[in-house]
Amino acid sequence: MASIARCLRAARPSTLSAFKTPVSRVCPVRAFHATSSNALRKYTKEHEWIDLSADLKTGVIGISEYAAKELGDVVFVELPEEGKQVNAGDAIGAVESVKSAADINAPIACKITGINLLLEEKPATINQVPEDDSHGGGWIAKVQVTEEGVKDLEKLMDPQAYAEFTAAEGEH
Amino acid sequence: MRTARTSAARSAIQTARRIPTTAHTATSSCTILLLSRRLASTPLLRPAFHPLTTLQPTLTAVRHGSSSTSSGTPLAKTPLYDLHLAHSAKMVPFGGFHMPVQYPSLSVSASHVFTREHASIFDVSHMVQRIFSGPGAAAFLERVTPSGVAALGVHKSTLSCLMGTDGKGGIVDDTIITRLPDEEFYVVTNAACRDKDDGYFEGEMQKWNGEKGEGMEVRQEQLDGWGLVALQGPEAVEVLGRCLDQGTGVDLKKVLFGQSVYARVKMQGMEVSSELLISRGGYTGEDGFEISIPPEETVAVTEALLAAGGKERVQLAGLGARDSLRLEAGMCLYGHDLDESTTPVEAGLGWIIPKERRTADSGYYGAGVLAGQLVLRSKGGTGVRRRRVGLVVEGAPAREGAEIVSRPEEGGEPVKLGTVTSGCPSPTLGKNIAMGYVKDGFHKAGTEVDVVVRGRVRKAVVTKMPFVPTKYWKGDV
Repeated sequence: MASIARCLRAARPSTLSAFKTPVSRVCPVRAFHATSSNALRKYTKEHEWIDLSADLKTGVIGISEYAAKELGDVVFVELPEEGKQVNAGDAIGAVESVKSAADINAPIACKITGINLLLEEKPATINQVPEDDSHGGGWIAKVQVTEEGVKDLEKLMDPQAYAEFTAAEGEH
Repeated sequence: MRTARTSAARSAIQTARRIPTTAHTATSSCTILLLSRRLASTPLLRPAFHPLTTLQPTLTAVRHGSSSTSSGTPLAKTPLYDLHLAHSAKMVPFGGFHMPVQYPSLSVSASHVFTREHASIFDVSHMVQRIFSGPGAAAFLERVTPSGVAALGVHKSTLSCLMGTDGKGGIVDDTIITRLPDEEFYVVTNAACRDKDDGYFEGEMQKWNGEKGEGMEVRQEQLDGWGLVALQGPEAVEVLGRCLDQGTGVDLKKVLFGQSVYARVKMQGMEVSSELLISRGGYTGEDGFEISIPPEETVAVTEALLAAGGKERVQLAGLGARDSLRLEAGMCLYGHDLDESTTPVEAGLGWIIPKERRTADSGYYGAGVLAGQLVLRSKGGTGVRRRRVGLVVEGAPAREGAEIVSRPEEGGEPVKLGTVTSGCPSPTLGKNIAMGYVKDGFHKAGTEVDVVVRGRVRKAVVTKMPFVPTKYWKGDV
């Protein structure tokens, strides 16, 4: 969702404090020992996030709070196709607000195993809890991570790096 | 009603003319982006595109403007730039200016709804305000537009189109022309077309003055650096009424849609503004006004309007709400719904051409083409091959570039009918609205078609515009 952030240049320091999900946000990539199902979260430059299970076999995808804010009131979410195998960067869905449409891209190579049907009924959930991967949250899809996908993880940002990235995006 | 611009206002114009024209960036790069985005809507190509740049990210830099970095020319500021920053506006490059796209007090949809229920103030100072004068002004404008400019009454306005000089009937820009006293015409054109329009007028005036000589010459001045502020919404009239200087003696009830008046506005303290040209109309479909203000008074007049209404009645609104409001009102955005390959008849703007200018010998550029198009083929004319229509789309909002296709009988193949040129979810209706061009014959309200959004077919119905009824002030009925 880089383009939106580029366009709307107002600084938004609020995003720095916006990460509500607790847990090991600064935990290193290879934290295999972590026990929480939320053990590993990564972000893309395009403002998607992925939560990975401790064994890196499954994950949950969504869009970041920063992106949700930039989009404004979400009125429609086009959900990914279940069962589809995708590569990192593939468009798997879209989020629409009055002012713009944003593609949702696969952060890593993966297979879509589930979608958040709640968003069809209540697209505004994306504005309320965009980074919540639990029931009732604004997550978008559940995925099975492929071998290729594990490699893709290295290109992604950890929460701290992402926070710095969005802060910088907001400034210019 | 006054008959001449005050000397103060006049000298302000003179001063303004000496201010060097600030940077106005071209939009060609933007066109390329739009084209690439159109290609990007082909499913096969999509993964190759950068996320979110495949989209139409709204009314922002990517869609409309060119930023300082891409053009190398610094962006200009309207007289309200500091006021926008003071209200923490999100600023984006648009038409060569730093413009507010939204303010943190209201989301785009909330601002949209607020405008329909109360009133909003839009800074539209980026638009180009021109004054044409001289004995040949009316005749000159009748060469470059199909409008009945000579017959236009004083303080009356008309929507019009600048016509391509190649005679093919294409639209160079859309514009509002207002006749002022003393054979002067106030012409407002689009910011994004500034350079192109400047060149167009320069060339055409040179040609005109060369041909016609003394006694029929035309002159142009630009109100550079002036403010243009739109006050729009059902409460606009009350808010403006509170601000008008009593000594002006203006009764807003008598200023109907499409008319204008000179009036003074009470600013802070005991200060009163110079006489401002206030036109009733706008780009939202609501009752409202557009106020042309000298540079040094723009902030004070805007603040007076904000103060007169209070937060419950008046809010600042940005380009985001402006776009969805105008779309609900069925109005075109040049560069999207209109361009040089589109004629006013195809665009559904045939009504701007008065009866007496509907013949091929009417003397404006493209008259031959338009005269033919205005008459259906069945009645001996050429008709048009495509027409601008409104669409209500099911499911996903269809945005610019989405293909419109026929809905085939079972077993049949869909045929491409045209393309969406603007679209968004309508905050007022809670439906997805769009406008676009379809093949003649598929333009009738109620016609069922399909629209392809991100590779998926969505049902759509051709719908009469405006989508939301307009509420123009046409007097006590």
